[in-house]
Amino acid sequence: MRLRRQKPDSAGTNRRGGHTEPDVFADGVHDLPGSSADEAILEVRKLSVAYVIDAGFVMAVDRVDLDLGRGEFLGVVGESGCGKSTLLFGIAQLLSPPARIVGGSVNFHGKEIAGLSDKQLRHIRWREYSVVMQSAMNALNPVKTVAGQMRDVCKAHSDMSDDEIRQRSEEVLRLVSIDPVHLDSYPHQLSGGMRQRSMIAMALLFTPDLVIMDEPTSALDVVAQRSLMVQIKELQERLGFAVIFVTHDMSLISNFSDRLAVMYAGQIVELGDTRQLFDSPLHPYTQGLLEAFPSIRGPKRHLLGIPGQPPDLAKPPPGCPFAPRCPQVMAKCTTIEPPLLDVQEDLVRCLLYENGPPEALAANAPTPVEIQELPERLPAGSAAGPGEGTSQ
Amino acid sequence: MAVAGAELREAQAEVPVPGRRRAPRGGNLWRAVRHNHKATAGALLLLFFFVLAVFPGQIAPDSYASTNFTRALAPSGAHWLGTTALGQDIFSQLVYGTRESLIIAFAVGGLSTFISVIIGVSAAYLRGLVDGALSLFTDVLLVIPTFPLIILIAAYVRSAGLLTIIIVLGLLGWSYGARQLRSQVLSLRDRDFLESARVRGERSLYIIVVEVLPTMTSLIVASFLGAALYAVLTAAALQFVGLGDPNAQSWGTMLYWAENSEALGAGMPLWAIMPGVCVALLGASFALLNYAFDEISNPALRPVRKVMKAGLGGFDSGMTLDVVPGASPSRSRLGEER
Amino acid sequence: MRYIARRTAFFVFTLWAAVTVNFVIPRLMPGNPALAMIARYKHVTPAELASLEVLFGVKTHASLVSEYFEYLANISRGRFGISYTFFPETVSHEVLQAIPWTLCLVGVTTILAFLLGTLIGLVSAWRRGGWLDSILPPIFVITSAFPYFWIALLAVWLFSIKLNWLPLFGGYSIGDTPGWHWHFVVDALEHSILPASTILVTAIGGWILTMRNNVISVLDEDYVRMARAKGLKPWTVMWGYAGRNAILPNLTGFAMSLGFVVSGAILVEYVFNYPGVGWMLLDAVFNEDYPLMQALFLLITLAVLTAVLLADVVTALLDARTRDLV
Repeated sequence: MRLRRQKPDSAGTNRRGGHTEPDVFADGVHDLPGSSADEAILEVRKLSVAYVIDAGFVMAVDRVDLDLGRGEFLGVVGESGCGKSTLLFGIAQLLSPPARIVGGSVNFHGKEIAGLSDKQLRHIRWREYSVVMQSAMNALNPVKTVAGQMRDVCKAHSDMSDDEIRQRSEEVLRLVSIDPVHLDSYPHQLSGGMRQRSMIAMALLFTPDLVIMDEPTSALDVVAQRSLMVQIKELQERLGFAVIFVTHDMSLISNFSDRLAVMYAGQIVELGDTRQLFDSPLHPYTQGLLEAFPSIRGPKRHLLGIPGQPPDLAKPPPGCPFAPRCPQVMAKCTTIEPPLLDVQEDLVRCLLYENGPPEALAANAPTPVEIQELPERLPAGSAAGPGEGTSQ
Repeated sequence: MAVAGAELREAQAEVPVPGRRRAPRGGNLWRAVRHNHKATAGALLLLFFFVLAVFPGQIAPDSYASTNFTRALAPSGAHWLGTTALGQDIFSQLVYGTRESLIIAFAVGGLSTFISVIIGVSAAYLRGLVDGALSLFTDVLLVIPTFPLIILIAAYVRSAGLLTIIIVLGLLGWSYGARQLRSQVLSLRDRDFLESARVRGERSLYIIVVEVLPTMTSLIVASFLGAALYAVLTAAALQFVGLGDPNAQSWGTMLYWAENSEALGAGMPLWAIMPGVCVALLGASFALLNYAFDEISNPALRPVRKVMKAGLGGFDSGMTLDVVPGASPSRSRLGEER
Repeated sequence: MRYIARRTAFFVFTLWAAVTVNFVIPRLMPGNPALAMIARYKHVTPAELASLEVLFGVKTHASLVSEYFEYLANISRGRFGISYTFFPETVSHEVLQAIPWTLCLVGVTTILAFLLGTLIGLVSAWRRGGWLDSILPPIFVITSAFPYFWIALLAVWLFSIKLNWLPLFGGYSIGDTPGWHWHFVVDALEHSILPASTILVTAIGGWILTMRNNVISVLDEDYVRMARAKGLKPWTVMWGYAGRNAILPNLTGFAMSLGFVVSGAILVEYVFNYPGVGWMLLDAVFNEDYPLMQALFLLITLAVLTAVLLADVVTALLDARTRDLV
């Protein structure tokens, strides 16, 4: 993937008043081996989305760079409020006031779509990229049947006859293992899982090249979640569309995504191959996230968390936004905004890697902070004796 | 066509940034009221009528009933709005009439709201049969057209004095508020803070008064304002058609006498129109305050100011920038909770 | 359709409640005015006298319960007694004369106000920030608080007296004979313009405001954003997605606002001396014609209840969720 370096601001200062140092890789573009730039169907450069309100503005998405290849499955993870959904809407041009794109570009299929009006976007919407939202109950019109909603889409983008529309609707429902008899049902008559799958079916009506998914599994129970993910992956491999999948559930996505992007405070702090990221996470935040997910197998251990809160995006701290919570924070972290650095095919936004790959730092790395989440001794009278205290 | 970052600074320059970032809770409400034009207008109007009601002697040149003057005079320096067919000064009548209208508005508003709180909250909180019965009662009263019913009752009572009007209107006007309050309490009932109060062992009455009611103040105030509006209009209407006490000193009664004397056709239009203007203005003040209250508690309804060129259609933004007033920076994560 | 069944049951129950209230009120009033009223009637047949007595509870030796059932029986047969004002005509006869006038005036304008108001509210909210949305809400907040009779008075003064464009009062010119000939129809229409406009102008404000607020909340919903994501044409979204969902609470609220419209219509008819049900009601009040008053009250209630039931049926047609409600 070709990724242009983030150039420092000409005045040497950034929006937050901190300082940027000259870029380590200032020699220009840096190619990642393994893929060719021609395959990128989506190129996002320095995309910034802000919520502009009376009293000022809030940068929900801060200069995000992203590439997506044909048929690639990209996961975007992060905690609540990190900007991942806003990023999604920013890419899909679905922002509503007071949010708006205030910088950067979104290049889809070689065309610039940031800032285009709904009218201008209409001919590529749904045909070339579609969206699946979090809650199907809220995303489907409650007073129209599934068939009616599919018909609306088909009529808006094609000259298909009613029969053809009906046929195609049945086809996409079968794709997601729903009996086409449910075409004439209303959303409230379907189960949660079925609703979600019919949303996905609707998204595939024109077999677009890109499907953007905003936490489509969050509203389901774990069993349904997994089965839905498997289905999505299957469809993706069969039909060849690319997916950007936003979720807060890192463990779920890790089995399905090709690459993973970790967001924090509106920025991408790590971006790389899923397996590699899981095996050796570089950014302290990613490490913290992975440590926070208990394993259902394996030995019991204390749950580790990340102390503190995400920053108030209206008053972001100077330097690295993660610095106040970072267990490996250095003095310069609070003054310098770290650029996105390329470390062994993994992009990391952390000053720890200024001078190269992590091996050099392994020896100096302090131990991560442990949080006692549960008492070591269970209260008197309970069945279990004193133990580790960690439980699911 | 990439959007440049400089655009944000440009947009920023056009959006006013107030000096203070965080204001105390009361200050927030005050600021909201001050900034909301409807609330200010409504409040000013109400204040104006209050002054008239409290100090009629100071403002009106003559008393309501004195018939010393020449009949049917046109407006002049001595009589700002002219005189009636019976020789009374119209302006003075209006001023003195304010008192009764305000009394009716607040008394009926208070009585109605009181009843609707009791019934609405009890129904929602006690559930079961009690709720079923109370809700049915409320719905029936809501659907039955109360104005003809009031006319019927007033007709039997003959001339309805102030107290009668207040009681009848108050006893019939609570159903809408009760319904609103009931659905609000129903939605609150299963919230965690109520559950925790129950678990603590608090009595139902305590929970209702201390935990539930404070969250519904805006609804109760809206209910009161609505009832006050309804009272002013209905009382005036009753008096206008002659069902009130013809000797009362009120705007409605003025209208009655004006209509009786064919004021419109006989060259005394102000006599017929001005009391109506007062009723309309007092009613408007309640309506404005009510609507403003809606807007203050639900920012989505506030007027949207366009800083740049307006776009057509619901959200076809292109290059527009919509500023939602009133949101404070501390609540900056607008909608982005995922 | 359990929903419709439930609403019909409510309809019947409320009607019964209104009928019972009608029965109870004269018996509660101090001084028993009915007695005095009945004494004023001359040349009444014994049967008619009997029904009047039942209507007003004069026969104190019969038990209340049996009186009640006799009363119900009379009502269901449409026997409301003799009208004092229109003696010796029966109340039913007179009421039937007035109904068409009110139906045409109030019925048509209410429906028109609802449809127009909803439409304007939808468009105004759709184009937030446009000129429509910045001037309409403040104006209509104020005008919706205006008393109907005052607007009527203004209209009369301005258009009839000052400008002399439209007739002053009545449903038709004095001396005309009612009938379905062209001249009369035109005359009637002329006479109805002012009252109709008064009702329309005052009633429409509420619809506009509530629809606007509904649409604004609906526009925030995910399915509207989804419709936009699908690239549907704005028209489709406005009608099928935003509009159709936003109108539902309005239909439910129809019942409550109907009460206001009814009171307004009564007053408008009064001011214009328009020979409809409302005017007749007030006229009956002045003549202390209690049988007529009571019958009119029941009639008005029946009309409102029917309108509410119709609104419920329309809601069920538009919204599948209500149909599936138990």
